[in-house]
Amino acid sequence: MVEQRIDEKTGTPTVGHEWDGIEELDTPMPRWWLWTLYATIVFAIGYAIAYPALPGLTGATPGVLGWTSHGELAKDMAAEQRRLGPTRNAIAAISMTGLLGNAKLLHAAEEGGRAAFKVNCVQCHGAGAAGSKGYPNLNDDDWLWGGDIDAIHTTLINGIRQSGNDATRISQMPAFGRDGILQPAQIQNVISHVRTLSGLEKPSAASRAGAALFAQNCAVCHGDGGKGNRAVGAPNLTDGIWLYGGDRATLTTTITNARGGVMPAWGQRLDPVTIKMLAAYVHSLGGGEATPAPIPAPAQTAANGKP
Amino acid sequence: MANLNEAASPPVFFEARKKVFPRKVDGVFRRLKWVIMAVTLAIYYITPWLRWDRGPYAPNQAVLVDVAHRRFYMFAIEIWPHEFYYVAGLLVMAGIGLFLVTSAVGRAWCGYACPQTVWTDLYQHVERAIDGDRNAQLRLERAPWGPAKIGKRAAKWGIWLFIAFWTGGAWIMYFADAPTLVRDFWSGQAASVAYMTVAVLTMTTFVLGGFMREQVCIYMCPWPRIQTAMLDEQSLVVTYKDWRGEPRTHGTKRTAALIDTSAGIQTGTAIGDCIDCNACVAVCPTGIDIRDGAQIGCITCGLCIDACDEVMLKLDRAPRLIGYATAIDTSLAQRGLPAVVPLRRLFRPRTLAYFAVWSAIGLGMLFALGNRTRIDVAVLRDRNPVWVRLSDGSIRNSYTVNIRNMEDRPRRMEVAVSGLPGAVLWNEATPRGTETKLSVMADADQVIKARLFVAAPAAGPERSDAVFTVRALDAEGGTAHDTTVFERPEVEEHE
Repeated sequence: MVEQRIDEKTGTPTVGHEWDGIEELDTPMPRWWLWTLYATIVFAIGYAIAYPALPGLTGATPGVLGWTSHGELAKDMAAEQRRLGPTRNAIAAISMTGLLGNAKLLHAAEEGGRAAFKVNCVQCHGAGAAGSKGYPNLNDDDWLWGGDIDAIHTTLINGIRQSGNDATRISQMPAFGRDGILQPAQIQNVISHVRTLSGLEKPSAASRAGAALFAQNCAVCHGDGGKGNRAVGAPNLTDGIWLYGGDRATLTTTITNARGGVMPAWGQRLDPVTIKMLAAYVHSLGGGEATPAPIPAPAQTAANGKP
Repeated sequence: MANLNEAASPPVFFEARKKVFPRKVDGVFRRLKWVIMAVTLAIYYITPWLRWDRGPYAPNQAVLVDVAHRRFYMFAIEIWPHEFYYVAGLLVMAGIGLFLVTSAVGRAWCGYACPQTVWTDLYQHVERAIDGDRNAQLRLERAPWGPAKIGKRAAKWGIWLFIAFWTGGAWIMYFADAPTLVRDFWSGQAASVAYMTVAVLTMTTFVLGGFMREQVCIYMCPWPRIQTAMLDEQSLVVTYKDWRGEPRTHGTKRTAALIDTSAGIQTGTAIGDCIDCNACVAVCPTGIDIRDGAQIGCITCGLCIDACDEVMLKLDRAPRLIGYATAIDTSLAQRGLPAVVPLRRLFRPRTLAYFAVWSAIGLGMLFALGNRTRIDVAVLRDRNPVWVRLSDGSIRNSYTVNIRNMEDRPRRMEVAVSGLPGAVLWNEATPRGTETKLSVMADADQVIKARLFVAAPAAGPERSDAVFTVRALDAEGGTAHDTTVFERPEVEEHE
């Protein structure tokens, strides 16, 4: 039962609740508190007039200040472009080898390249640039067309096997099986030889037969020792890295039908600064070589402890 | 219900502030308040201008909260964001320090050192200088608006605003190099947040110190509530000694009674020392009557003690009819017994416990500060790709090594990897060789990111621990290490 009354001692009304003789005074709120409430109401009205606020069927009231989140974003993006301007101009003006000598600019270029890579390159090379079957891993130290920053830059601009571009990286491996250059048994012998080059197989009668075939048919591009030739994008067959696979079945397919991957000529799609940044990024992934590209030093064979 | 309806007026839901016009007073506690006001304001305004030489790589301001660079400088101490627990520790110490002070001397913080009290006090002095003392202020308040009143109000509010502006202006000095900021501020080149902060603090100081005053203590501040819960029978509170003062009488009757008692003749009813002059009420900055007993509005500033002592002195009576006393002292005095020795009250289990916790945290932090390393390493392993096969058949993992150099000078550091047989370590700048360590330059007071490559033979466990150790190569030295993982392909691809 609610029984409100005036408290004798203070002259203040009670709330009317009572708990074992304990009552609560209904002390009036301070007046300024009420003003604060009115002030927030006034602010809310002003806010609703100034900013988008009242929802309708197809949108909200625009607000007299004309503020929109899209406009805010456009402004932020424009500011970001202005902020990046000087860095982009500096990258545009510097040579690729010069960029390698400018640590601060190089860092900026690598980060810009990382972002551009995520948009343009991950579809084939993967988000971590680790590639997949037929698409080179850009993290390793094995390069088909050269791994110094100028070579990477050139490859990016002109692409690989792009018709109508004189500077594109181009070569054509014959389809030895399909075109009847080698018989299936001969191909198996060549495979045996190729697999001995990187230590995947021990020398055998088949591999010795294959060695002669290799010298006649393959060495012109891959070299006598099978070390490859970057001028024609011929892979090194002696190392531990296989673009399509080093097992017999895959090698049979490779030699029978030939391989020839392609990459767009990014010079026609991206601006020069972005391509430079992409080259810097790819060069930074761990396999980048010094300029001018030296022949890679013989790797420590001790570490190559495969049977 | 019936009772409420009998009330003369309907219930009031909102109540206007009853303005307080505290009278000027002089005395021991007033003088103590002057000293504390001078000291606290001096600390507040002067601290940002103190210089402290930290060399060319760090700011030279003794106390600086460098939000932009995420550093906190306090004299010889530099705090990084990851060391924020020192700041948290300081806050805990401040909290326990308030408990300690409250249990030892009651609401001394409220009465003397709280910024709300100090600035309100300052504003009231300005008010008295312009408008005159209590009675003149009351007259002016009631007077209709005219040139004189407008002039006085403009002068008072102008000075208040000026003080408020300097209050906000001093605050921002803690967050940037003070001399530079002053130049930038007046030439319009300071960050907009500086102007906004000054504007907000100017308004809050002006409103809270000039108009809200005791309303802040009574309605807005949580601390009085916490303190009322913390007070016990041994806490110092401002006490009206009613056993001495009551029944209160007015001056003339009082004198007559005095003569009678001094003659040793008890005539009529007993008369107390309180002459109901209302001096204690007139000087109170929160507008309460201390004779009603301890209450939440009492900030224990002691001004009523000064006022009452003045009156008692004039009447040739013993001072401290109003005085600081504990509840225990009060009940002892009512029975005519002497008060508890102050030292015994100060050193009681509760104060000692607070002091023990407070000093334990303080000493713990000092110890941690003295022993902290100014070098740290955190290694992040690349997870895409997890591993890379190199042309020689070995496996490479890539790591981003964050090296934190917390000294205000560049330091050359050596990074080494251990725990991996046959491993080599290199980075973009130093070509791959046979080393398992390399040196990097860590910029002064910075975290540097070093991207490092580690290659190891393909034969080995799928996951093995790798330990990165960073060692400073200067005379001071110091090392830090972090353990991470080196990953190899799941299954060997070859037969």
